[in-house]
Amino acid sequence: MKTLKVFGSLIKDSLDTITKGSKTYHLWMGFLTLIMLIGMYCYSIQLDQGLSVTGMTDRVSWGLYISNFTFLVGVAAAAVMLVMPTYVLKDIDFKQAVLIGEGLAVAALIMCLAFVVADMGGPSVLWHMLPGIGVFNFPNSMLTWDVIALNGYLFINISIPLYILFRHYQGKESKKSVYLPGALISVFWAVGIHLVTAFLYQGLQARPFWNNALLGPRFLASAFAAGPALIILVLAIIRGFTDFKIEDKTIKKIALVVTVAAQVNIIMLVSELFKEFYAPTHHSESAYYLFFGLDGKTALLPWIWTAISMNVLATVILTFHKLRNNLNVLYFACILLFVAIWIEKGFGLIVPGFIPGPYGKIAEYTPTGIEIGVTLGIWAMGALIFTVLARTAIGIETGKLRYKK
Amino acid sequence: MSDNKKKWFTLNLNSKHKQTSSSCGCGKTSGGCNSHQPKKEELSNDAFFEAAVDASIGDERHKDGFDQVFDVKMDRRSAFKKLTASLLIGAGAAASCTSVTSSSESKEKAQIDWEEQFKGNYKLMDDKEKSATVDRLVRSYQLRTGKNINMSSKNAEEDVLFGYAFNISKCQGYMDCVSACVEENNQDRNSEMQYIRIHEMKDGKGFNFNEADDNYYHEVPAEGHFYMGTQCFHCDNPPCVEVCPVQATWREEDGLVVVDYDWCVGCRYCMAACPYDGRRFNWSKPEVPEEEINKNQHYLGNRMRKKGVMEKCTFCVQRSRAGKNPACVEACPTGARIFGNLLDPNSTIRWVLENKKVFRLKEDLGTEPKFWYFMD
Repeated sequence: MKTLKVFGSLIKDSLDTITKGSKTYHLWMGFLTLIMLIGMYCYSIQLDQGLSVTGMTDRVSWGLYISNFTFLVGVAAAAVMLVMPTYVLKDIDFKQAVLIGEGLAVAALIMCLAFVVADMGGPSVLWHMLPGIGVFNFPNSMLTWDVIALNGYLFINISIPLYILFRHYQGKESKKSVYLPGALISVFWAVGIHLVTAFLYQGLQARPFWNNALLGPRFLASAFAAGPALIILVLAIIRGFTDFKIEDKTIKKIALVVTVAAQVNIIMLVSELFKEFYAPTHHSESAYYLFFGLDGKTALLPWIWTAISMNVLATVILTFHKLRNNLNVLYFACILLFVAIWIEKGFGLIVPGFIPGPYGKIAEYTPTGIEIGVTLGIWAMGALIFTVLARTAIGIETGKLRYKK
Repeated sequence: MSDNKKKWFTLNLNSKHKQTSSSCGCGKTSGGCNSHQPKKEELSNDAFFEAAVDASIGDERHKDGFDQVFDVKMDRRSAFKKLTASLLIGAGAAASCTSVTSSSESKEKAQIDWEEQFKGNYKLMDDKEKSATVDRLVRSYQLRTGKNINMSSKNAEEDVLFGYAFNISKCQGYMDCVSACVEENNQDRNSEMQYIRIHEMKDGKGFNFNEADDNYYHEVPAEGHFYMGTQCFHCDNPPCVEVCPVQATWREEDGLVVVDYDWCVGCRYCMAACPYDGRRFNWSKPEVPEEEINKNQHYLGNRMRKKGVMEKCTFCVQRSRAGKNPACVEACPTGARIFGNLLDPNSTIRWVLENKKVFRLKEDLGTEPKFWYFMD
């Protein structure tokens, strides 16, 4: 009973914190709300008229939504790169960042689920997927694995920080015996969500571009580069706008994680390119389309070459200690890397899977305004959720939010 | 009549052009196709019923596709009425309430909608439940349009396994099969959805799909070309079935790979998994003009679809399980298409498999299609 009372007080205090703030804060939240409303309006059009308002067709049947979903699974998985050092390896340098990382994972996972729902033709019959009431095609369908993996990871990433913050809110220390098992599971689970998501594509013999044993490992490498890169940027912003203490040391340690992951990612990219272009087969056509265009259809060319150059540039910058240790250069490299991987692991991965089609048909895909509106709306929702979570967590961690008996 | 002959493969794919003339679209140039017979007789017989329905649900009758069955626009009053009715039914009070709603018809409609919304997966239904949902759908159509449809829930027969063979030497690319398929299976006319694709290939290039054109619009047979049709191959090991998260698509006992349109959640994973371009999605509300609707339907086949669900070739389950050939086989003027029971040693399809050099597409994927190609 007492726990409930404390919890109620926590909710009240947190509501109080998130609704008050500086002018910049209010502008930021207002901006996000506006984008969300526009996104909701676009989604209402899609609900009314069907997915025909998107650029997707029978030829390219997944587009911007699934691209963003795939990318964000990676961002969510990246939280593990902070969880493992903090809780398992007891590296105190990561301690301040880990709650932020977990908050980011929660926001990314909610965005993932939103993107999947936005992509569904019949969101009103999603209950067909609920085990018990509906039919859950487990273990045959990788999509059901993904449902379990994502929701499980969401649960873990909500419950651990909630427990820790809840204890700190009451001025007590969190008990290791309670959160350590969860943290350990979450380490494996994070690898799991991204591998399972890769298997979703990797298991399709119909799409040679995806049906490739390197897809899963490359997903992980790019995720552990893009995710922590985003965390660095978020920490930089938090450092600038709040009095939450984050040491340079922490950021530099995360930067090391980003660097190694980005290097591995580049090695895998080279391996992939070598396989596709040294001895090109019929199955290399999607890669040809992506990098050079096929039959004069070149929609993805500017995107992928921007991504590759940004990716290489960022990796080179990160590789040199001198450059990486200069925080402003580091932030710049992180932005480059994040955008590059968003392109590469987003529509650079999904769209070419469908081009050329099963019988060689080359039909290109361009997202429509409504699709982009919904996508931006979901990103704004993610940012809003993260802001709310981070603000509460920072309030508690800095000692401003405390339970008053 | 041949001037008005309707084709579903015009070049302008985005055209919203609707067929307004009453010309026959079945592709036959002489005789009747039975789908456009004057309906005067019926009208006079049902005149009273028609008028009664008109009075109650007037404008709902001009809608097409799934709308006719479910998506009914309502004013606030009737919406409230329906809501009340549904709630009462939900509470199990349907039997005892007599005068809450003014018409028993709208009450019945609401009950049907309610039960249809929360029914289970057709694959897991027993025969009684199957015929119950079919009865509901037929009654619902009758209540809304005043017209009767004939819907079957016939299961697979024993010792039947359907197979298909395609004679590449004979096909001339007329696409009568495509038209017949669209007519038979009530596909969406606006998006010009087609299950069959005919690939026009260049002589001397072999089976080069990359250079083939599956959207041609010129006189056929074109000089120096040959033709090859593809559609759902009804694989014995179908990847689309494996990946469906809700088992909304499955392989029936007689080998047909079917979809429960009411159970599909529209994730399109099956579409990504199909190596043969065999699946289609309803990107918007499918529409078929009332007079063109094929009223001889099967639950797993050509009944009306709704937006946001998958559909595909079912080897015309409404025909094949009734002992007939699929519409494409019947429509083919050159005899390039052969359909039959693979388990019947005397069937034509068995003769083809035993006496011709047959092959299948992408056999290396291990999907075991039941669709063979051969040449004379």
